[in-house]
Amino acid sequence: MKKEYFAEKGFLGAAILSASATVLILIFMIFLGFPLFRDGQFYTLLTTSWNPDKGLFGIYPMLAGTLSIVFLSLCWAFPLSLGASALISVIAPPGFSKFCKKTVQMLTGVPTVIYGFVGVFLLVPFIREMFESGSGMSILSASLMLSMVISPTMILVFTDTFESIPASYSAAADALGATPVQKFIYVILPYSRRGIFSGLILSVGRAMGDTLIALMLAGNAVAAPGSILDSARTMTAHIALVIAADFDSIEFKTIFAAGIVLYLFTASLILLVRIIGRMDMNSR
Amino acid sequence: MKPSAVEIFIKYFAWLCGLLLMSASILIISYLLFKGVPGLGLSLIFGDTSPVDAFLLRRQVLTGLFPAMAGTCLLVLLAVGIAIPVGIAAGIYLAEYSSGDIKSFFSLIYDILAGVPSIVIGLFGFSLAISLHHYVREIYPCLLISALALAFLVLPYLIRTTQFSMESISPEIRLTAPALGATKLQNIAYVLFPRSLPGIASGVILAVGRCTEDTAVIMLTGVVASAGIPGSLLSSYEALPFYIYYISSQYRDAYELQTGYGAALILLIICACLFLAAFYLKNRLINRMLYRQ
Repeated sequence: MKKEYFAEKGFLGAAILSASATVLILIFMIFLGFPLFRDGQFYTLLTTSWNPDKGLFGIYPMLAGTLSIVFLSLCWAFPLSLGASALISVIAPPGFSKFCKKTVQMLTGVPTVIYGFVGVFLLVPFIREMFESGSGMSILSASLMLSMVISPTMILVFTDTFESIPASYSAAADALGATPVQKFIYVILPYSRRGIFSGLILSVGRAMGDTLIALMLAGNAVAAPGSILDSARTMTAHIALVIAADFDSIEFKTIFAAGIVLYLFTASLILLVRIIGRMDMNSR
Repeated sequence: MKPSAVEIFIKYFAWLCGLLLMSASILIISYLLFKGVPGLGLSLIFGDTSPVDAFLLRRQVLTGLFPAMAGTCLLVLLAVGIAIPVGIAAGIYLAEYSSGDIKSFFSLIYDILAGVPSIVIGLFGFSLAISLHHYVREIYPCLLISALALAFLVLPYLIRTTQFSMESISPEIRLTAPALGATKLQNIAYVLFPRSLPGIASGVILAVGRCTEDTAVIMLTGVVASAGIPGSLLSSYEALPFYIYYISSQYRDAYELQTGYGAALILLIICACLFLAAFYLKNRLINRMLYRQ
């Protein structure tokens, strides 16, 4: 059958085309940022500071900015999500838990730019008044808002994990007279260790890849941050801000370095989640 | 038996977290409603031009949101139009034709694509534009490049939703047509694909939502603060989410700020409607799609 053959090849072609997008993105960035890779310049870029007047174009401050915002936002979001998903899966009465879950699902659909917009006019002035320092655009403001952005996703991953425990485990705990909270602590949590870890890693990827929140709320200063009330620039924001510069300048090339670092980092996080998933399959 | 201190603590902590999250989201949305609703109205969208003139492109809308909304609409149509055929075909391949190592290789690659930050995809679009510019002078970052980059962004969603909804068809249905002598392609075309349409449709709607809200990709690939209605695929354009971003940092007076609140509210309403539609179509598959890895 000729038709069958061509259909299969067509579907395969689409699959290859989509897969090549993934590779193409990396190749383009390496190609355009190529001068950076000569004489180990790439490594130097990651460790030096940004000071165009002195001819220094390192992206270390952006790396530090990204890591501190991501870390701090996870510090808020992780306990919050764990608590909220415990509430949804175990503790709340069925009606309320369903309502909570629906709300959380809706929250994943809220555009990031709206969180940023509300952050600029609501959170930033609040932080400014409260700590009476600077403009209020700081790592603290960005991380608080970013935790609002990543929490819904994390909660959904966690609740899915909590609800996937085998019925026999759950029934055994019930039969022994465990209260819902006891069941959560002694049965569900230990069983969901890997799922929780995967959810956490996925959220790191999302937090890292987010541009708008940091761009709008973190103030975009190019110095390496010293405290959580300092302004900082993330790698994503750096890409967005430098794009207008002269195409041939070294300044412009650095955004490809930032892009490559982001790409490789998120790709390895996905790989890690994969490996954990495999381990999970084997251990059952 | 009295519950231990740890148990009591966990119980209260969970309630605290839930309420904190709820109140934060209620605060954000009610703030937007409070600030945005008073400004809603036809003049917010069309300025002082009449809606009929604006739609027929007889007069340019200078102060309203109309060009931004039109730009977003065109962009979304174009991006989803590019992504749908490729995404669905790749999804069908993954669900029906591949297996074993090839399948897990492809799905790993798509997972990685889904995880690539949108700004990096934007950077790719931008690099593509400047590389093409060497050969074709007319190409700058423009509507077409943005649509292409956005298509890359939503491809993994479409592939996954197609794959999941096809794979979740029960074996009885899956085997009926082949038992009657249908070929594999006939089975896909007449049974499996129609059966999985609700799932695919909800994936498409979510992809539309992603394209509507995304700001990082279009920022690098041709969106500008004021351009009017785009005249061709190669011209720059305005978009709603970029307008909101732009206003938040560059507003000059109270009127512009009010327009910004209005724009944010409109975007929120559009996304909520899309979301409810996707939800209505299929809520079994939805959690996995929402992970947005």
